[in-house]
Amino acid sequence: MELLNHLALGFSVALTPINLFYALVGCLLGTLIGVLPGIGPVATIAMLLPTTYALQPVSALIMLAGIYYGAQYGGSTTAVLLNMPGESSSVVTCLDGHQMARKGQAGAALAIAALGSFFAGTVATLLIASVAIPLSELALKFGPAEYFSLMVLGLIGAVVLASGSLIKAIAMIITGLLLGIVGTDVNSGTQRFAFGIPELSDGIGVVGVAMGLFGFAEIITNLESTEKRELITSKVKGLWLTKEQFRAAWPAVLRGTGLGSILGILPGGGAMLSSFASYTVEKKISKHPEEFGKGAIAGVAGPESANNAGAQTSFIPLLTLGIPENAVMAMMVGAMTIHNIQPGPQVMTSNPKLFWGLIASMWVGNLMLVVLNLPMIGMWVKLLKVPYRMLYPAILLFCAIGVYTVNNTDVDVAMTAFFGFLGVLFMKLGCEPAPLLLGFVLGPMMEENLRRAMLLSRGDPTTFLTRPISVGMLIAAVLLIVIIALPNIRKKREEAFHEET
Amino acid sequence: MLIRSPKDFWAGLLFMGLGIGAIAVGSRYNLGTAARMGPGYFPRILGILLIVLGLIITFRGVQARGDAVPKWHWRPTLVVLGSVVLFGLIVAKIGVAISTVVLIVASSAASHEFRPKEAVVAGVLLSALAVGVFVIGLSLQLPIWPVLGR
Repeated sequence: MELLNHLALGFSVALTPINLFYALVGCLLGTLIGVLPGIGPVATIAMLLPTTYALQPVSALIMLAGIYYGAQYGGSTTAVLLNMPGESSSVVTCLDGHQMARKGQAGAALAIAALGSFFAGTVATLLIASVAIPLSELALKFGPAEYFSLMVLGLIGAVVLASGSLIKAIAMIITGLLLGIVGTDVNSGTQRFAFGIPELSDGIGVVGVAMGLFGFAEIITNLESTEKRELITSKVKGLWLTKEQFRAAWPAVLRGTGLGSILGILPGGGAMLSSFASYTVEKKISKHPEEFGKGAIAGVAGPESANNAGAQTSFIPLLTLGIPENAVMAMMVGAMTIHNIQPGPQVMTSNPKLFWGLIASMWVGNLMLVVLNLPMIGMWVKLLKVPYRMLYPAILLFCAIGVYTVNNTDVDVAMTAFFGFLGVLFMKLGCEPAPLLLGFVLGPMMEENLRRAMLLSRGDPTTFLTRPISVGMLIAAVLLIVIIALPNIRKKREEAFHEET
Repeated sequence: MLIRSPKDFWAGLLFMGLGIGAIAVGSRYNLGTAARMGPGYFPRILGILLIVLGLIITFRGVQARGDAVPKWHWRPTLVVLGSVVLFGLIVAKIGVAISTVVLIVASSAASHEFRPKEAVVAGVLLSALAVGVFVIGLSLQLPIWPVLGR
């Protein structure tokens, strides 16, 4: 079977000692940042991107991917033990996970979270491997008009499913697109929006934008609040599940995996949306909905499986179509570009070792997380005792060194600080930074495809409406906006994002 | 005119400003034609879109009720960003060892729980770590100690 051959190739890459090492480093770092509040996967990937320059591209991507799904694990650990979500995707795990811990079932909650995530990771890996070929083949038939429309759909989808104001999010995308085209125009050589700063002629670096908007802005906002973090550590006794717990949990694991896998593929999906959706579903179909919020194991098993499945299947649009669907995937585009890999359907054929190696490494990484992290939970929890006033200067240091060494220039550091300021400003005005980052990485690609499509159609913009695939995607994008704008659904959408928080 | 939703109102103005800026600066670039787009074409489209969206958001800010803009505490913003910029300016000249201590101590002052002695100790420890990991371990091209003669 072809699939098996591909996976075999993938494992031959993923299981080399060097790649195993980087998968391990990624998982550990991911867990670390998942445990520590106030720094998310996007900022961490931005921070570590410069250190991967010297690595093989496949090792770099394996490590960065490990950070993403490692963060899900770490986030759920603190959610269960401390009622504190380390990551936004583990907010719902707090609800029942921490209640289980209070009842002395912390071990069971952690065990089902780990086992559910591992199961979900395995299914998601197989799903990625099996849909990758047909999707890439479809994408290779796309012309520039189709690509342009696909990007429009992807960007709109990404903001529709995210929380917050829709119209502000669209404005943020366009701001991102504008920032993305700063620098030398490839067709004419014109310097655009460079303001005479030579460092800007190559464009703005993705590291600086992400670190400023997600890292610095987050730290500053945290420092503004004077709330103190409470630390209540529960003892973890025995990581086991009783038979009844297992019986109550496994259907939730299956449903969570299915839901997460599908929501992960959709634009804007990923870990957070999947976990919220799964919790809602479990509560709706449960025979004892009153147990939810009081330590129902299905309320841990479902969302935990879903967020891991979603985290992994969100790689599908990136790897097959070259379209990032959330901010973490936008960082992966940045990483691939830095290593001279143009993300898209051609990666699989031109660079099969990288493609299948990355997919196989996801399964390896998930296994590592189960084996390594469960015994290390005590150590992770101790890390939380480091007060924030000592933690954030260290994070700033790693950020500053990271961004400085991209090009060895202080201009990059100043630029990052500028984006940090912008990030705080946007937060104050209720504008989410994630759509801006998506627009930023897609800016040059979008302009290029628009140009090519219009050149082919000799300046006739109806080309986007006369080509069937293109018009289909544009209609889908418009429908998404219309549906969300309807008063009823808007209300429901707001509820969905506020109910559990 | 009453601003009912300050968050939306100011966000809208910001986007409009960005759009106007993009068109003003971008007017220097060759627009080209629809079939052969010049470097000014795409920015022009984006600028127009931003102005339109900004107008709608501002209008909503006047019309619909919404949240106030949270107070901006300037100390964390200025201290955090300032100390990072300072680090960028000095690191190549005085080396990682000293600039790390400067960054840690300076940025620690952003917290309302600032403890100077603790910050100095943390700075020295992290400085040793940074030199070990980044300069020796990852062999990044940065001096450890001040570079003389510059």
